[in-house]
Amino acid sequence: MTENANLISLDSLKAGDREAFTQLVDATSGPIYRVAMQILGDEQDAEDVLQETYIKAFRALPAFEGRSSVTTWLHRIAVNEALMLVRKRRPQTISIDDNSPFNGDLESESMDIVDFCCMPEGELLNKESRDFLDQAVQDLPANLRVVFVMRDLEGMSIQETSEALGLSENNIKTRLLRARLRLRAELSAYFGGKLQEVEQR
Amino acid sequence: MSEHVHTPQCSKLLGSLSDYIDGDLQAEICAELEAHISGCDNCRIVVNTMRKTVELYEQTSNEPVELPQAVRERLLLKLDLDALRKKGQ
Repeated sequence: MTENANLISLDSLKAGDREAFTQLVDATSGPIYRVAMQILGDEQDAEDVLQETYIKAFRALPAFEGRSSVTTWLHRIAVNEALMLVRKRRPQTISIDDNSPFNGDLESESMDIVDFCCMPEGELLNKESRDFLDQAVQDLPANLRVVFVMRDLEGMSIQETSEALGLSENNIKTRLLRARLRLRAELSAYFGGKLQEVEQR
Repeated sequence: MSEHVHTPQCSKLLGSLSDYIDGDLQAEICAELEAHISGCDNCRIVVNTMRKTVELYEQTSNEPVELPQAVRERLLLKLDLDALRKKGQ
């Protein structure tokens, strides 16, 4: 599972070499499944997206031009497949009109002030914290979660995210800001509790 | 843990926060924001912890993750690659 996808011969992949394709699947399918889970929050849906991604990739490989890495290309296919499913299952997730500019509506958001930046890395990213981070993303409203996953977890640009969702860049930025503020507040409350535990020891 | 009391300037700052940590803020607003942060401890913490939040998520998203075994088996079966895989083992 440690093979680097970008070291697999592109010529072999394009020629339909099934051994090379199996290597590609093994090197990339974990993260592909993860992003599908993050967008959809449902194991069966994520598995459907995973399978569809590789079926489409296998068919499209002969025409792959190599403008991006194979890994990036696969992730884009997976994101698009996941979005298609979101549109089918919950069409309002993407199209909901929340175009209103950001106008301090976060007055109502909890603004916990806990400086958790200096906590040791071991505390910030231990198993329990990671589970909390994952759950916090799942708990975001779907319209914010999709944007956060695409931009901050998948590293897509604002422009790419906007084009893939068919929303204005301002809309994407507003959703991203709301998602990040919520997650920041969640993490502040969580790590604040941890800091208190340490102080009480 | 304390609750942050917003001044109007803090609220305005919140709207620019995301662009700021992405380095996409116009120079003028950026300077205004940095001047505010230097005198407002709470806002400084909000900026820093938001940046840290995004960093933590970026870090976890770049780590390798394995596909659950059963999901992998069904995937290879679906792609008709399982026979090849078994042969290769």
